[in-house]
Amino acid sequence: MTALETGGRLTAPAAPSPARRRTPRRRTGLAGYLFVAGYAILLVAFGIFPTIYAVYLALTNDRGQFAGLNQFIKVIQDYRFGPAFTNILIYLVLWLVILITLTVVVAVILRSRLRPGLSSVFRFLFYIPGALAGVASVLVWLFMLDPGVSPVSGLLNALGYSTFSEVIAPQNLPVIFVFIAFWTGAGGWIVVMYGALNNIPDEILEAARVDGAGPWKSAWFIQIPMIRKWIAYMTILAFAAGTQLFVEPQLLQSASLGRLNPTWSPNQLAYVLAFQFGDFNGAAAVSIFLLVIGLVGAGILVTRSGLFKADSE
Amino acid sequence: MTTSSTRLPSMRSTGKASRFVSILIVVLILALLLVFFVLPVIWLVLAPTKTAGELLSQSPLSFGAFSNIGLAWSHLVSFENGILFVWLKNSAIYSGGSLILTLATSIPAGYALALTRFRGRKVLLTITLLVMIMPSAALVLPLFLELNLFGLIGTVWSIILPFSFFPFGVYLVYIYFATSLPSEMLEAARIDGATEWQLFTKIALPLAKPVVALVAFFSFVGNWNNFFLPYLVLPSSDQFPIQVGLNQLLSSTPSFNPVAGAGLDIQSPELALSIIIAILPVLVVFLFSQRALVSGMLAGSTKG
Repeated sequence: MTALETGGRLTAPAAPSPARRRTPRRRTGLAGYLFVAGYAILLVAFGIFPTIYAVYLALTNDRGQFAGLNQFIKVIQDYRFGPAFTNILIYLVLWLVILITLTVVVAVILRSRLRPGLSSVFRFLFYIPGALAGVASVLVWLFMLDPGVSPVSGLLNALGYSTFSEVIAPQNLPVIFVFIAFWTGAGGWIVVMYGALNNIPDEILEAARVDGAGPWKSAWFIQIPMIRKWIAYMTILAFAAGTQLFVEPQLLQSASLGRLNPTWSPNQLAYVLAFQFGDFNGAAAVSIFLLVIGLVGAGILVTRSGLFKADSE
Repeated sequence: MTTSSTRLPSMRSTGKASRFVSILIVVLILALLLVFFVLPVIWLVLAPTKTAGELLSQSPLSFGAFSNIGLAWSHLVSFENGILFVWLKNSAIYSGGSLILTLATSIPAGYALALTRFRGRKVLLTITLLVMIMPSAALVLPLFLELNLFGLIGTVWSIILPFSFFPFGVYLVYIYFATSLPSEMLEAARIDGATEWQLFTKIALPLAKPVVALVAFFSFVGNWNNFFLPYLVLPSSDQFPIQVGLNQLLSSTPSFNPVAGAGLDIQSPELALSIIIAILPVLVVFLFSQRALVSGMLAGSTKG
């Protein structure tokens, strides 16, 4: 209702404005508001309001008094803040390098080195673990990393690990989270990259072949540059999602019987601040850092990539 | 597709040795990745056929006995008087309810953004794009604080309503209508005296089937697998969706929690079986959705 009322208020002065050249469309104004009303209410309630409320909390103290940037300074000085953001940074670098290299290489291989039938079998098999995203994937990997039951216990032993707690040593965590993320997420991206490669006209590759380019050369000089936009798209989405890591470290922490750091990732830190210390203001400040990272990534993607048409005309 | 036959002869031009290396690299990469992606799935499917002891003693990829599946099932069902079914029912309510609300709000919104003109349309579109790309987990803690402010914590709506907000769905519908429904068609109908509501229900909706399926796929999979928000917002076990339930099963499994799990029948095979049960609905959707994923993620590229 509120969105509707503000909508009505907005159209009133607009109607006589000379800027409206497309007269036949003027009448659709009110109908447009009605169609978007439901979504707009949800957007305000669960997108905009929580953001503003988090900003408000981050700028005040627990008695609701304005605190300037004190909450931000407080959480930055918190001994857990630096390690949490360092952990996530190490994870992100590893994750993005592995994700980008492997998905692009594999998509190119599947597109140009295999018969279409065989290629679709591979894509399907790589894609299926995506159904286990979230808690399920972490639980599966708890088993994979437990030398007692793991199908690769030989490999784990060869690396010098004989117990689960040795495998989940703190220095291994970034790699473990990359494994889990790659297992559930990479297949979908391979399918998407393959779809993007499929959009390249056959004539272009044919011309390269006539000019004597082998499959690797075609890939490096033609196919990969032509799907650059999609690689950027994947990178930014994976980066933004990667900063939010929560389920994986949280579950691993509880499976480690408390041996692991409960504030490994920034989202975990926000969670601990809010739920164990009742410090909602500090938690909101940590959330604001994460929100800003997400928004910057989104802003770059929307304005720079040319992937999203904000207007169809 | 037609080029696949011409691909092989062209390789003859490169040297035999380098061609061998090239093929070796391809085979090696694919083989390693195949093992990486498939091995855990095979292990998971086989795990419930063994007892907890057999999981430790037998070869990891051996098949136990069908009777063990039944045994694990009965242990799982009797866990807290069949709370597994409550969790599954909750998941169905949360993802189903928000799916309905998502479709009811995003289809008209995407349509209006694509084919009607109103003040603020561009702003709404830009905000939608930003919020869509921003990972939803970034908003979970602020959302919790908001729900806490309004005293909604622990209600069904504290899950369904935030789940229903799905900007990516709006964007998909927007792109779909912007590219596949010519506005001239609507103009013609307008001149014939059709109301805006009739245009939407009689012309746009019948054309919208493919995009409805697409939005439904992304919304359902995302919400079914969501853990963070329900984990924060729902205090009691009989409200949990299955994902949070799995977390509780994990902390009741002795191999991962010897203290809390002592004396319970939930062990590794039961946990593995519960994972399979939990992902079954999403798996079924996934089996048919590879094409949906491509068209969804590449949406907009047709024009860009």
